[in-house]
Amino acid sequence: MSVLTMSKALAQAMYEEMERDPNVVVLGEEVGAQGGTYGVTAGLFEKFGKDRVRDTPISEGVIVGAAVGAAMNGLRPVAEIMGINFAFLAMDQIVNHAAKIHSMFGGQFRCPLVVRTTSGGGKQLAATHSQTPDVIFAHFPGLKVVAPSTPAEAKALLKASIRTDDPVFFIEHSTMYSERGEVSDDPNFLLPIGKSDIKRKGKDVTIVTYSKMVSISLKAAAELEKEGIDVEIIDLRSLRPLDLDPVFESFKKTNRAVIVEEGWKTFGIGAEVASRIYEECFDYLDAPIERVAQKEVPLPYSAELERAAIPQVKDVIAAVKKVL
Amino acid sequence: MDKAEYVELYKQMVIIRLIEEKCEELYQKSKIGGFMHLYIGQEASGVGAISARLPQDNVITAYRDHGIAIACGMDPKVLMAEMLGKVTGCCKGKGGSMHLADINLRFWGGHAIVGAHLALATGLAWADKQKGSDGVTLCFFGDGASNIGYFHESLNLAAVWKLPVLFICENNHYGMWTPIEDASAVTDIRKKALGYDIPSDVCDGMDLLAVRKASEKAIAHIRSGKGPFFLEVMTYRYRGHSMGDQRPYRTADEIKDWQTKDPIGKFEPVMMKSGITKEQIESIHAESSKIVEEAVRFAEESPFPPMEELYTDIYVENQ
Repeated sequence: MSVLTMSKALAQAMYEEMERDPNVVVLGEEVGAQGGTYGVTAGLFEKFGKDRVRDTPISEGVIVGAAVGAAMNGLRPVAEIMGINFAFLAMDQIVNHAAKIHSMFGGQFRCPLVVRTTSGGGKQLAATHSQTPDVIFAHFPGLKVVAPSTPAEAKALLKASIRTDDPVFFIEHSTMYSERGEVSDDPNFLLPIGKSDIKRKGKDVTIVTYSKMVSISLKAAAELEKEGIDVEIIDLRSLRPLDLDPVFESFKKTNRAVIVEEGWKTFGIGAEVASRIYEECFDYLDAPIERVAQKEVPLPYSAELERAAIPQVKDVIAAVKKVL
Repeated sequence: MDKAEYVELYKQMVIIRLIEEKCEELYQKSKIGGFMHLYIGQEASGVGAISARLPQDNVITAYRDHGIAIACGMDPKVLMAEMLGKVTGCCKGKGGSMHLADINLRFWGGHAIVGAHLALATGLAWADKQKGSDGVTLCFFGDGASNIGYFHESLNLAAVWKLPVLFICENNHYGMWTPIEDASAVTDIRKKALGYDIPSDVCDGMDLLAVRKASEKAIAHIRSGKGPFFLEVMTYRYRGHSMGDQRPYRTADEIKDWQTKDPIGKFEPVMMKSGITKEQIESIHAESSKIVEEAVRFAEESPFPPMEELYTDIYVENQ
């Protein structure tokens, strides 16, 4: 085990997979000699050269399109899209091509592609650069959507995403790159895609969350513990496939749930998870399920306003108390 | 090209024409569903260009793909079965008219989001280059696709990365129902390639030999490592953009005028000059009719996909 930052853990995942398989290639804006706009591809260009670590023009459509074509024809591209807000420019390639190539042609083609991107607000980048629209990408069968919450899982899940023969939309949180954690040195340590994880054991309330909101929820749980409230936290880790069995199991024990997401509430992950809990665990319900989510506004630039719109520890605490 | 190849390519054009006429009939009988775009009139374009490829070369196209599939070597039976949504079709009945493909023929589809497959073509070519193959990717698209962002992003990337792509613009003068001059700032689409410093050529798309010759030259240029090339093939679709398109945006005279340059009719004197007899040409037609009839019978007799197919091939893993 080594203590690494999130960005170093991700870089190590790509480094190891590129070393293991010559078909793994990286492309994106500034991923080469510059090491990526968030520094996540640092060191790859020096080791693997410009043919395997390719800088692209600022052309999101063809970045993902070329990656899809290359994946169909035998490469395993990892395409970096600088921010999820720019992924909208590649939306057609992601949802109409990557997600469909295998099924629409009757299984002849495979699309072993990873699109890495950053999501989330909190950096005063204003409305078009601060969104958390992760759930939109989880709507499409054929695509896998992964969003890790720790450096260790980021490495193991990115490696699994590179090795799977299916297209993966891999969401990193833009404010978490410098967070540190213990990371496995074993180049063959992978985590399965589509498995939720219990981040904290508890008996009173089930919190369902993912990505950055895991750490916010853990902080809320630590506060609540002081008041004798014992919270269980489940990290979804992937939004598609969505592994809710541990959620149902937890809910049948606690009978109360709060769903915490950074994105907007309307049509959000909370809506989906809550419905599924109502469908599967109706008889176990002791209180209406609470959802903590972003205020329904485009995120403003001014720091205090932005902060007010994004879920904070106090919001999670309030929601937990409401369901008790 | 020798006599045998004349016969082979002529036969491909005839089969395409007959398949398209049959598809039209089956569509009108509601045996074929969805959107369908016929290739009638454009046969020389696909057949001529694809006849110039080597086995390692890729072909990718848009939704007007029936003729391209046949030119790539797809069995008419498999094509027709896909049209009818049968499990014996090239995509097990999951793709339909606009999404024909066969990985074994390096025919990468039929794609129906206008322009998107130009980006896929750059990726196919990149993978070949990366793996050390000298394969060239032939990417067909219409003049209408030259107005979408993908066109520009793809030409630019192909030029910057020196990718082995032959961009083949089948200029049939209409993007859906809109004449080219109302939709594109330049009507000679190859001028757009100049903006990316990609060399280009133009040829008569109604003339099989002209398309073949221009394609050979373009492919040789690309295979020598010089990067992408742009070929504009001047052609015409006799039918509408898609089935059910009977809008009066073209005059009967215009269509008739193009039909006088019909790619199949125009090739017959060339064949006869090489010593192929009228009887031989007639027997090609008879043989082609039989092939198409058999394809329809095969498709009709094939089963629809079983219900279990609904959930197959969504993911490779975790099924």
